[in-house]
Amino acid sequence: MRCGVVVFPGSNCDHDVYHVLKHVLDQEVLFLWHGDADLRDCQLVVLPGGFSYGDYLRAGAMAVHSPILEEVRRHAESGGQVLGICNGFQILLETGLLDGAMRRNRSLRFECRDVYLRVERDDLPFTSDYDQGQVLRMPIAHAEGSYIGSEEMLDELEESSRVVFRYVTPDGADATGEDEERWNVNGSARAIAGVCNEAGNVLGMMPHPERCAEQVFGNVDGLAVFAAVAGAGARGLGVLS
Amino acid sequence: MAVKARITVYPRPEILDPQGKAITGALGRLGFGQVTDVRAGKSFEIELSKKGRNVEKVLAQMCEQLLANTLIEDYSVELLDGGAKK
Repeated sequence: MRCGVVVFPGSNCDHDVYHVLKHVLDQEVLFLWHGDADLRDCQLVVLPGGFSYGDYLRAGAMAVHSPILEEVRRHAESGGQVLGICNGFQILLETGLLDGAMRRNRSLRFECRDVYLRVERDDLPFTSDYDQGQVLRMPIAHAEGSYIGSEEMLDELEESSRVVFRYVTPDGADATGEDEERWNVNGSARAIAGVCNEAGNVLGMMPHPERCAEQVFGNVDGLAVFAAVAGAGARGLGVLS
Repeated sequence: MAVKARITVYPRPEILDPQGKAITGALGRLGFGQVTDVRAGKSFEIELSKKGRNVEKVLAQMCEQLLANTLIEDYSVELLDGGAKK
């Protein structure tokens, strides 16, 4: 699949995503410059992690007004696949392609550590290589990752099954009580770590699947996100075995 | 005539404001026990080349489109220099 990784000033996970798609999964990958209003026929567009425009004003707020975002919006609205990771998720929220907003983490610190996620949906192009209920270990690295929305919006999100990943305990249970602070590190509403749009072609997630997508890193839990969406399932499994 | 405006953006009252909470705690520890709540927001001073008739409306549009995330933040617009109408 022809994949595009958008590069904003301040992106810092663009090369990681490029590496996974190109060298681990053998896909065609291009870097797409934020100033060009052109997706160059890419079928999958990834908005990578980092600090686009220095996270000035609010994380993701400035990136929304860059020329390429109009094309990303058009791509998403016509059913094309868009994956936003970390800062990319924040950008998708700011565009309104995904519902919700981000606050500072409840610790007020930049949190960089492994967390556990439960896969809530396995019928999306991004999650079809996982099973519903499967528990994944993935790193997070962000300061503004506390997902929030109005109660009505959150209810609607749940009812339409748009919660894709949730922060859980290592054994996959909902984190409650003391566990809640420990495992829902940023304090996200309803422990939401990733959401999709109604059609399921746009996914945003705070954890970094590209940082756990190769054996050499000691964790390959994130590889299936890219393998599934790029249609590289078989090769992805070949790399794992 | 040039115009100056101040825009302030605050987290909505129903949104937990972790920064404000941390500052409340810090002021308490410094002995300012009378502080019961702090909300931390942002302030922007904006200069405009000339004042159109719809200057408040234009400033509100700036807030809606960029300066505030209205899902979680409220904004207010204030014309400075007396905001004298001409």
